[in-house]
Amino acid sequence: MRRRTILVLGLVALAAVAGACAPNATQSALEPKGPYAQKGFDLFVPVFWVATAIFFIVEGVLLFFIIRYRHRKARATMPPQVHGNTKLEIGWTILPTLILAGVAVPTVATIWDLAAEPQGEVLQVTVLAHQWWWEFDYPDQGIITANELHIPTGQPVYLTMCAVGLGYEQQIAPSTCQDQPAAVGDSVIHSFWVPELAGTQDVIPSRTTYLTIQADEPGTYEGQCKEFCGLSHAYMKFKVVAHDPAGFDGWIAEQQAPAAPSPPGDPEAGAGVFLGTCTGCHAIAGLEDPNGNPLIANGGPDLTHFASRDCFAGCMLATTDENLRRWLENPPAVKAGSWMPDYGLSDQELDQLVAFLNALE
Amino acid sequence: MASVSIPTERPGGLLRRPSATTGVWSWITTVDHKKIGILYGVTAFFFFIVGGTEALLIRLQLAQPDQAILNPSVFNEIFTMHGITMVFFVVMPLSAAFFNYLLPLMIGARDVAFPRLNAFSYWAFLFAGIFIYSSWFLGGAPNGGWFGYAPNSVVDPTRGMTFYAIGLLIAGIASTVSAVNLAVTIINMRAPGMTLFRMPVFVWMGLVVQLLLAFSLPIITIGLVELLFDRLFGTHFFDPAAGGDPVLWQHLFWLFGHPEVYVLILPAFGIISEILPVFARKPLFGYQFVVFSGIAIGFIGFGVWAHHMFAVGLGPVANTAFAVATMIIAIPTGVKIFNWLGTLWNGDIRFTTAMLFAIGVISMFVIGGLSGVMHAVVPSDYQQTDTYFIVAHFHYVLFGGAILGLFGGMYYWWPKVFGRFLNERWGKVQFWVTLIGFNLAFGPMHILGLQGMPRRIQSYPESLGLTFWNLVSTIGAFTIAVGTLIFLVIAISSFRKPKQMVADPWDARTLEWLTTSPPPVHNFDDIPVVHSLDELWHRKYAETGGGRVVPVPAGGSGDDAHGEDHGDGHAIHLPSPSYFPPLAALGLPVLGYGLIFGLPFVVAGLLIMLVGLYGWVLEPSAE
Repeated sequence: MRRRTILVLGLVALAAVAGACAPNATQSALEPKGPYAQKGFDLFVPVFWVATAIFFIVEGVLLFFIIRYRHRKARATMPPQVHGNTKLEIGWTILPTLILAGVAVPTVATIWDLAAEPQGEVLQVTVLAHQWWWEFDYPDQGIITANELHIPTGQPVYLTMCAVGLGYEQQIAPSTCQDQPAAVGDSVIHSFWVPELAGTQDVIPSRTTYLTIQADEPGTYEGQCKEFCGLSHAYMKFKVVAHDPAGFDGWIAEQQAPAAPSPPGDPEAGAGVFLGTCTGCHAIAGLEDPNGNPLIANGGPDLTHFASRDCFAGCMLATTDENLRRWLENPPAVKAGSWMPDYGLSDQELDQLVAFLNALE
Repeated sequence: MASVSIPTERPGGLLRRPSATTGVWSWITTVDHKKIGILYGVTAFFFFIVGGTEALLIRLQLAQPDQAILNPSVFNEIFTMHGITMVFFVVMPLSAAFFNYLLPLMIGARDVAFPRLNAFSYWAFLFAGIFIYSSWFLGGAPNGGWFGYAPNSVVDPTRGMTFYAIGLLIAGIASTVSAVNLAVTIINMRAPGMTLFRMPVFVWMGLVVQLLLAFSLPIITIGLVELLFDRLFGTHFFDPAAGGDPVLWQHLFWLFGHPEVYVLILPAFGIISEILPVFARKPLFGYQFVVFSGIAIGFIGFGVWAHHMFAVGLGPVANTAFAVATMIIAIPTGVKIFNWLGTLWNGDIRFTTAMLFAIGVISMFVIGGLSGVMHAVVPSDYQQTDTYFIVAHFHYVLFGGAILGLFGGMYYWWPKVFGRFLNERWGKVQFWVTLIGFNLAFGPMHILGLQGMPRRIQSYPESLGLTFWNLVSTIGAFTIAVGTLIFLVIAISSFRKPKQMVADPWDARTLEWLTTSPPPVHNFDDIPVVHSLDELWHRKYAETGGGRVVPVPAGGSGDDAHGEDHGDGHAIHLPSPSYFPPLAALGLPVLGYGLIFGLPFVVAGLLIMLVGLYGWVLEPSAE
């Protein structure tokens, strides 16, 4: 008996230590970095300790009983046949009820607190979950980006979220998912989670869901889709990049500019490859289709400032030449189920395309 | 007595009934609840090894970051099949094995109410398992999770989720039939004097579980039919583009799925409520409290389903209601734990292997119960949901609770069923190996979840800092496998010794220990007359004032079955074996293949079922 309990206690102690320190975990719910994550964490901690106390009490009593009342060889009589004790049993029905009532009150208060739409100066962002990448639209700033959500520190960011499918024609700030029924047709449920900044919110076709996040300090916060969404569920990640307010304004200004003109040579040739191959799904602000119309993304990320992003393909890959080339050569071989097909580009075309994308600062 | 058929020779009978009592055909045609119980047990244990192997593959893949032992496609199939297998083809049928074998014995009956239906349930369950597993060879296994969330489960282009829907529908037929059968048995076939409040707790839990099944399975059946229609016939139940609602599936699934959780755990609660009193040598502390808290869990279990859906965005009203309901269900669960502790208090505790497992259930279930309450704290659950914290939680409930309890039950009732002990020394080795492996495998998952590891991911990058605990978890999983292998060796080697079992080796309290080990085909030579809770114990001992105990001299009780002058069992008529339950059940998977592969299978399936059902109705009632 003792061995097991030592083991259990040891594991719990380890869990507490590792959980409290979490030295390497970069996507940890145990290290809130903003008020909305903090609210949940402030409930988690006391409930964890109450649960831990109950755990030690119950296991302690169990251990004490099985040691104290173990069979001894000398014993010949049967123990007294006690069938129960109504007062005691009513007592241990009421006691947990009181403890749970104590837990329920702050729980309910926080549920309502977190569900309220933030007031004051709030950044509005529309989150569109695709299979398997994230699109972030800034309706008031006229910006579209992918897999990297840039936010200012110290300000609530109110996310309006929809899940969309391949037929989704990109526009800045769709007000709800219901606006594009054809686009939700082949979409599935995802879940938006950046644990250091907030709890989870599912993103569901045909429903609009909302979440408030906020970061107190500048930094990069890891996030990931949490609801199983098919083949590349594991590779539907994103980053939230928090800037100080001045830095955020600078970022906005950069993103609002149209795409940098391609320098001559490989990048310019790459632009040709792009216009010939990629515009069925991808758009770049500043480029036009052969008829002179602006490009509209249809199912794929907007690439206007692609080179300013640290990662791509649902943040599966860091933005390096090597990764880009590998990706463009055969996307489904890199990321299972990727809707971006293998276009059979030549080595030269691949080089040109990589050079073109790298120039999209 | 419904189980004793009247031997009327029917000249117009189509077929003679089978009469084999040994050999393969005796097992295929059996309608004896004990043989069916053993069939359930063996089949479920086979699936346990299959599902466990799938778990090991998952743990291998996740042992290190960025591995590609299983590609995403296979990984999704493996984790889906692991869940389906362990829930529907291991814990449920293993519990059914205990219920089938023990319920009639514990209530002093000769068989279940509908013996041929009982056989049909087993065969339908087996064919459902074979049907789902055949998908590996017929275009890919189910890959949308055991929870099968729409629209992912609808739009997936492989056949997997069609197999899932049909396979679970067949398994659902098996479970529904069995639930009705066992509930009727408990309600109608108790021995004289066996009032409801003289029933062993295991029987009570059996009754609650059968009622939970009977009321929750129709809900998942609706969901599965809708999923199947969406996939095969172009309906739009879950298609958001056409006005369908993907969240509807989640409501249907969890309105079944949460009662299902109690279907999985209550049998183990019943088992340890039998084991603890026997080896503490005291009656169960607060029998009525334990029974009523089991019933309360059954009722409240239908009102907590949306706690699986806190992150869906149902709104603060729904989240508040389901948070409070979830906390309420913790109360009767806690009551049970305290009553078990009360049973141990001041006892004379003998550490048999069965007792070790029962104590293991208490100590491990406490962890799963407490982490369960943590999920009811909704803002906390916003972080925990869909992470490995949840995986840790429900494995502490379903492995630490259900599987440990079922292992305990095997050590406890093996002598009754097979007339031989399982090796106690090696049993204890298995207990410790399993317990340590279990805590190594699932303890670290609490940490992994809180540190940001989502569920159902095929791989994780090294940069997330999750490597160490994943490796520990994998080592734990393989330790569990060692424990299971030890059990397998113990189980097989137990048959090398000859049967030499007394009726009541543990000095137990309930009626199944009144009859021989193994019991005769008719269970009891004479149906016992019941005078009290713990009937057998009261035939052996009497309580004097102050709870002191004195043995009753042998034969001193007028009800001792063997003390009376009749009853050698020769005049008892039992239902004859039948070919038709397995035949009728065979029609189900063939019909299922028809939904996938076309008309010829539909025709064949219907024909098999019609022959099975008509033969069933028209066969003579005795050989």
